Amino acid sequence: MKQSDAYISIRNVNKLFGSFQAISDVSIDIRQGEFFSLLGSSGCGKTTLLRMLAGFEMPTSGEIFIDGQPMSEVPPHRRPVNMVFQSYAIFPHLNVRDNIAYGLRKRKLSRAKRDTMVDEMLELIKLPEYGDRKANQLSGGQRQRIALARALILRPKVLLLDEPLGALDKQLREQMQLELRALQKTVGITFVFVTHDQEEALTLSDRIAVMANGRELQVDTPTRLYERPVNRDVASFIGNMNFFEGKITGISDHRASVDVKGLGHVTTTNFDAKLKPGVDICIAIRPEKLILTENEPRNTGNKARGQMDKAAYLGERSHYYVRLDGISQPVAISAQNRQRAEGAPEEKRPIWISWEDDAFVVLEDG
Amino acid sequence: MSSQSYIRRPNRPLQVYAAIFLIVLYVPVLFLPLFSFNDSIYVKFPLTGFTTQWYVELFHREPVWAALMNSVRVGVTTSIIATGFGVFAAKAIIRYRIPGRGPLVGFIMLPLVVPGIIFGVALLVLLSQLGVPLSLYTVTIGHVIVCLPFAIATMIPRFEGFDPSVEEASADLGENAWWTFWRVTFPIVFPGILASLLLTFTVSFDEFIMAFFLSGSDPTLPMYIWGQLRFPKEFPSILAMASIILLVSFIVVFIGQWINRDAQATTLANEEDK
Repeated sequence: MKQSDAYISIRNVNKLFGSFQAISDVSIDIRQGEFFSLLGSSGCGKTTLLRMLAGFEMPTSGEIFIDGQPMSEVPPHRRPVNMVFQSYAIFPHLNVRDNIAYGLRKRKLSRAKRDTMVDEMLELIKLPEYGDRKANQLSGGQRQRIALARALILRPKVLLLDEPLGALDKQLREQMQLELRALQKTVGITFVFVTHDQEEALTLSDRIAVMANGRELQVDTPTRLYERPVNRDVASFIGNMNFFEGKITGISDHRASVDVKGLGHVTTTNFDAKLKPGVDICIAIRPEKLILTENEPRNTGNKARGQMDKAAYLGERSHYYVRLDGISQPVAISAQNRQRAEGAPEEKRPIWISWEDDAFVVLEDG
Repeated sequence: MSSQSYIRRPNRPLQVYAAIFLIVLYVPVLFLPLFSFNDSIYVKFPLTGFTTQWYVELFHREPVWAALMNSVRVGVTTSIIATGFGVFAAKAIIRYRIPGRGPLVGFIMLPLVVPGIIFGVALLVLLSQLGVPLSLYTVTIGHVIVCLPFAIATMIPRFEGFDPSVEEASADLGENAWWTFWRVTFPIVFPGILASLLLTFTVSFDEFIMAFFLSGSDPTLPMYIWGQLRFPKEFPSILAMASIILLVSFIVVFIGQWINRDAQATTLANEEDK
């Protein structure tokens, strides 16, 4: 991405807490109007990064630019960003209207104008009757919406969200995901969203930064992250993946031929152009991209013989584990149960697996 | 399941113990109001008759009112200063990572356990070395030292009871530290501030030892009472005054506790949320 595209630009940022390196040399660019997620397990530095955007933490080194302005000298209350806190941080001594209007003091608006803006916000978050309630009379979902309204009423250029759906139950969570996405499209504000839930990140985001141990592993669209992960960590963090050892035997016409242990010869266009023939690599395939058949499939060379190891029936789909000659780890296969399942397949039964062209991904690390 | 848990079930011996405890604690105190209405200048049984003349007499004595006003002035000043320091000390103790926080808090709480006479003598030596004349101001300095632990101990649960991200939210919504304090922190801890003002006022109002060492020619009320004990005929009026002070102290402390009653509850509620 070009520098000029970036609305938020995180440049070589490091953050130390004592001797603990919370963020190591992170550089991420976020575009205007984007729904951008920071995804990672707890302790990966995603919340620290978000708090640095808000100004609650200062980078130990590196610089953050928002709309071209360096942020290192700008305190939280002067930044063009607003945040929705994980705990929502609703002001307990104020009612809903006063919570939403909190940030408007400096705008010096007339009372009538302020009331109209608050009414609009209450309408937007679908709580028009709740203006006079106190914070302790609200449910988690309602607090979450008020935290959102309180930030949005200021028309920030960037909205930061710290696991805002984490405390909600599954059903409400899914509903709020849809509403959040719709809201973001309506208001057109850049959202930076922190989550540890990969499904949530895939559903909501335009782009995602996958983080681990204070570094960004890959910054990409949800489809690219899933289909073309750059390394094992990303591939195993998002969804399930089968990994194989292999060696590149030849590259021609943007297509790599790989000798894969246990599968034989595989070709794919999903590889990094930097890789040269003769290199040991790791090659991977998603369980749902493998096709299980009893008889040897015709019209394709992309196939291997195996033996059924285990099967798990999950209703809409089944998981199978197949043993291949020469590798110890069974291969996972996920298949939709299009036809009525007739009991579990016999163990040890010989079967065939096959795959379409380009289903395999070559990962950087061997 | 029985609705009474092991701990909550009635415990007869414990009730008896509690009753005895309260009797030992408060019955001696109740002799004050009892004798203050007794129609004799000697404090002894049997009671001779009911009178309110000691209260009337008290009302007409100028030095009593002067001493009372001295105590009120010292008490009000002390409570405001001690509570002011207490708010910021409690905020610092709870909010910030301070190296050696445990020992620091211990030092702040020290006046609770160090005999007042030590602080009184120490301050007296210091002030006379500095050439500061003894007055109600020096008494106030002594009282602030005595009252600070009470103020901090009252404020700490208030600060523990609220989510620090509420203050961050205020900063995030565009308010600087000053406005964040007045719009968020202050209203949330306000009941604690009131409770602390009332508590430190009563502590200062009753305080004798510091005042004994540090007051100049203007006595505080406890000093005045001490001075009057030598004259038997003054004694019933002192009893009357002590009764009034007792009543007012009780009321003030109860109001303080009542205002601050939800601090503990809020803390618990927040714990459950986590």
